[in-house]
Order: sequence, then C-alpha cells, then structure tokens
Amino acid sequence: MAENVATRDAYGKALVELGKSLENVVVLDADLSKSTKTILFAEAFPDRFFNLGVAEADMMGTAAGLAASGYIPFASTFGVFATGRAFDQVRNSIAYTRLNVKIAATHTGLTVGEDGASHQALEDIALMRVLPHMTVVVPADGNQTRQAVEAVARFQGPVYLRLGRPKVPQVIPVDMPFELGRGQVLREGNDLTYVTTGMMTGLALEAAAALHTRGIGASVVNMHTIKPLDEALLVQLARKTGAVVTGEEHSMIGGLGGAVAEVLTAECPVPVIRVGVKDTFGESGPPEALLEKYGLTARQLVTAGLEALEKKTSGLRRQD
Amino acid sequence: MPQISPADQQELQQKAQKLRRDILTMIHRAGSGHPGGSLSVIDMLVLLYYRVMRIDPASFPGKPRDRLVLSKGHACPALYAVLADRGFFPAAYLQRLRQMDSPLQGHPDMRKTPGVEMSTGSLGQGLSAANGMALAARLDGSLERVYVILGDGEVQEGQIWEAAMTASHYGLGNLTAFLDYNGLQIDGWCREVKCHAPMVDKWKAFGWEVREADGHDFSSLQAALEEVQSNTDLPGMIVAHTVKGKGVSFMENQVDWHGKAPGDEELARGLAELTT
Repeated sequence: MAENVATRDAYGKALVELGKSLENVVVLDADLSKSTKTILFAEAFPDRFFNLGVAEADMMGTAAGLAASGYIPFASTFGVFATGRAFDQVRNSIAYTRLNVKIAATHTGLTVGEDGASHQALEDIALMRVLPHMTVVVPADGNQTRQAVEAVARFQGPVYLRLGRPKVPQVIPVDMPFELGRGQVLREGNDLTYVTTGMMTGLALEAAAALHTRGIGASVVNMHTIKPLDEALLVQLARKTGAVVTGEEHSMIGGLGGAVAEVLTAECPVPVIRVGVKDTFGESGPPEALLEKYGLTARQLVTAGLEALEKKTSGLRRQD
Repeated sequence: MPQISPADQQELQQKAQKLRRDILTMIHRAGSGHPGGSLSVIDMLVLLYYRVMRIDPASFPGKPRDRLVLSKGHACPALYAVLADRGFFPAAYLQRLRQMDSPLQGHPDMRKTPGVEMSTGSLGQGLSAANGMALAARLDGSLERVYVILGDGEVQEGQIWEAAMTASHYGLGNLTAFLDYNGLQIDGWCREVKCHAPMVDKWKAFGWEVREADGHDFSSLQAALEEVQSNTDLPGMIVAHTVKGKGVSFMENQVDWHGKAPGDEELARGLAELTT
C-alpha cells in the first residue's frame, strides 16, 4: 500500500521535475510558498521563482504578462484567494486572453481544517468552471497530481489545478494513464454510477464496495477534469446504469454536480443526486471531523446511492 | 535618442493631429467610445510608436520587440489609430470600431487586434501584466523594453500599487510607465472624487525613478523618458501632465466628453480645429 501523500506535496515535487525538463516554466507565489510547496521550486530554480508578496491580484496579472512573453507560469496560493480575491484578474487577464497560465491552488475545500471558513474554498470550481477557455482539473491523489502537473504544463491554455492540504491515500492505479478531459472508470457496476473528483473518489470506491455487499453494482468514475467534462463517458454510463451520484469537496452548487446535471438533463435525464457541501460556509475543526459533519463521507455516498436507485425505480413505476 | 529637432517636432505634431482626426472620426462612426482620454494620451503614443519603440509591424509578433500595454484600455481609439497608421492592420478596420464581428473591440483585445500586446479594460490590471513582460525580457536576457500607460483615475485601483511595489522590488529598469495625468475621471475631477495627490511623491515612495513632463510636448516627454531610463535599476514613471480632450476646444477639460461620441456637427467642428 502506497504512502498517503498530500496533493500539494506532490505538486511541489512535480514542479521541480518540470523545471528540469521545461526551461520556460516559472513559478509565482503570494507569500505562501511554504504551504503551497512552491518553495521546493524556489530553492531549485531561484531565478525562475517570483514571490509577489500578499498580492494575489498582482500575481495573476504578472503571470499573464509572463505568459504573453512565452513563459509557462504556475501561479500558486490558496484556493480562496486564487479564485475569489483575484477573480477579475483571472477573468480578464488570463481567461479572456487565453494566456498560458496555470493557476495551481492549494488548501481547497473543508480539509483546510482549523483555519476555518475564511480559508476554505467551497466555490472555486464553480468560479473557474464558468469562465470561457478555462480548464479545471482536480487530481485525486499524489501520483495523479504528478501526472496532472505534467499534462497541464504541456497543454496550451489557462488551467485551474485544484489541490488539497491533507495527506490522502493513493486511489488511482499508478500505471493508469492520465489524459486531460477523460474520466477514469475505476469500477464497473450496472445499477448506478458514482462520478466524483478529488479526495471524494476514494470514498466513492468505499461506497461502491459497501453497496456490492448488498447486491448493488455501482460504477465509479474519477472525473479529474471537470472542464472540459467527459460528456461521452458520462452519458454512456448514465444510459447503462440509469442513476448517477456525484461527489465533491465543494458546494453542491455549481461544481462537478452542477456540471454533470447540466449535461444529463439534456442528453440522458436520469436521477442525479449530488453530494457536496449544502450551500453553507465551513468552520474550524479537524479535517476528518469536518468531513463527517458536512456529510462528505462514504456513508453519505451510500445513502445517496440508495436514494438515486429509489428514484430510478420509482420513476419507472410512476405514471403521473 | 537624438534630440527632437524643430523639423521632427513639426512632423510629430502633424502625425498627432492626423491621429486625433482619426480618433474623432472613428468614435463618431461607432456612436460610442471615449474621446477625452484618447485625445489626452495620443501624444505619448506618437512619441513611443514613431520615435522610441523598437517595433516591426510586418514581423509582429516576432521577437525581439518593445511592448506597450495600454492599461487605461478605454483610450484604445488612440492606440488603434496609431497601430493602423503604423501598418499593424488596414486603416479600414477603424471604420468598424465597436461594431459586430469587428477586430476593434470597445476595449483592447490582444486576440482580435494585431499589435495589441495585452487585453485591458478592467482598470488596474495593465501594470501587473507589464511587470510580467519585463520579468520575461530579463529572463530572456533580452534588451526589450516594456511601456505601460496608466490613467490617473485608474491609479485608485489597489492592484496598481501592488504592481508598483513589484516593479521596484524586482528592479525592473526595463519598464517605463506613463501616467496620463489629465485630472478627470468619469464622476468629475479626481481630486474631488477621491484625491490621489501627491502623485509624484507616491511613486517616489514606491521606489520608482519619477519625472514630470508636459504630456503634449514631445521634447519634454522625451527628456523625461531619457532621464528615467538612465536609471537601469529602477522602473521609470513619467507623470505626464495632460488635458483631457486636448486639441478640440469644446472637449478640453470637459468631463462630459469622457465617454461620449461626437455628433455630426461636433465632428465637423472638431475636425476643423484639428487641421495641421
């Protein structure tokens, strides 16, 4: 069993590797390099690292300028600041311009923990997903983060890479290829489909195993790229299983669940139950306790799975 | 740079008058746009694009080249007039300003308009982008220079001061900024809306090499430019004293002409004043 790794740690290490192979990769941070782990790149390539101080808006604009001159900037800070504080800069200087900036945000979701609601980004996927030209990627574990960093660096265009603070287990087979925009089927079952992202994918695998003991077959898809969404895979599995449960460490509004519902209402209307934070801010506490309190658990995914199944079958019975 | 001779001076003035006519004409045709700030900033653009910047419109976006970011993006009619005249795109484009499917958007779009180095319009963002370009030139070991033009209303944006700190912290001697100090913003005189004086002292305090200039006098602008660029360790700021609506008597210092198109009769009167 592989060691648990925080995606931010994997990011910091991957950046150093990237710095060796791509000379035009530069890294920017806003006084959080020890937390975002960009400090590893700063130590390895001091001339290609720029600390902008506590000035996220300026960091995004500076990254845009570097990209306009042919560099591949990775701009890092916490998710709340990257997407909230600097939204207009991301919108106008990065997304509208289609400049090749990689926004790598750490400390997203409830698992920020004790720092509390002001630092827990629960709306960042929604904010980034709504921007034209923006690609949104949420790796599920450390190894996938390494793959994702490599992939987004070689992809031309703005990317939001969502990373987390705590250590998470490895859930994606190490040799499973990573392709932007392609969901990963980790488990196949005929009764319903879990579509999850980030640390929720590990919990979805647990939920699917629990349902299996009750004779229910659940597919599990790790949707590491939320935009562009793998619509073909989604529709195929919705058709096959007739019920979908989404899971994300994010608001139930506007994130992966929203994206999935948008596609399926038009292409294959099946019950979609969204598991996420229910339109509320977070609070201080240990990450595990917060996930429990706000319902981001394997148990909650099981409940949602049963609810989706119930809706699927009752929908078939009801005529009104 | 060689000194501006009387003949050069006359040539630049004639060019600026011609471009002022283009500005009025294109905004009149578009039916909307920002004449006041375009007329106040045009002389700086003329100095840069006809005398200072190393650019080659035919090979754009080839390197090396000097770059300009018009951070006060609403003054883009002035930039468009210059870019067309310098041959970045056909002059016929000017007739399509702000129209459907036009390469000339209401605010600069680097993906639609050849020669535009950075999309701007949401005020306060251009200096950060220019800093990024200046850092890139340094990483490249290139002698490319980056120019940025700020509005005086614009410097009420906090991001400008974040970027001001960045430029001095990183010692961006290859970056030169011009402040179009016409004293007016949409809601009135800057000093009344939210006073940002003392402007020169602020930039000095932020670690910049600062000079003042008459923003409508090419010799004054060039002298200030040479002085700030002689300091290769610090970013340069030229606080250019200008007149909003400069060159069209009924627009000068009139806040109403910040963002209003001239009608037929106003266009005719304006053009008549802008003969060389």
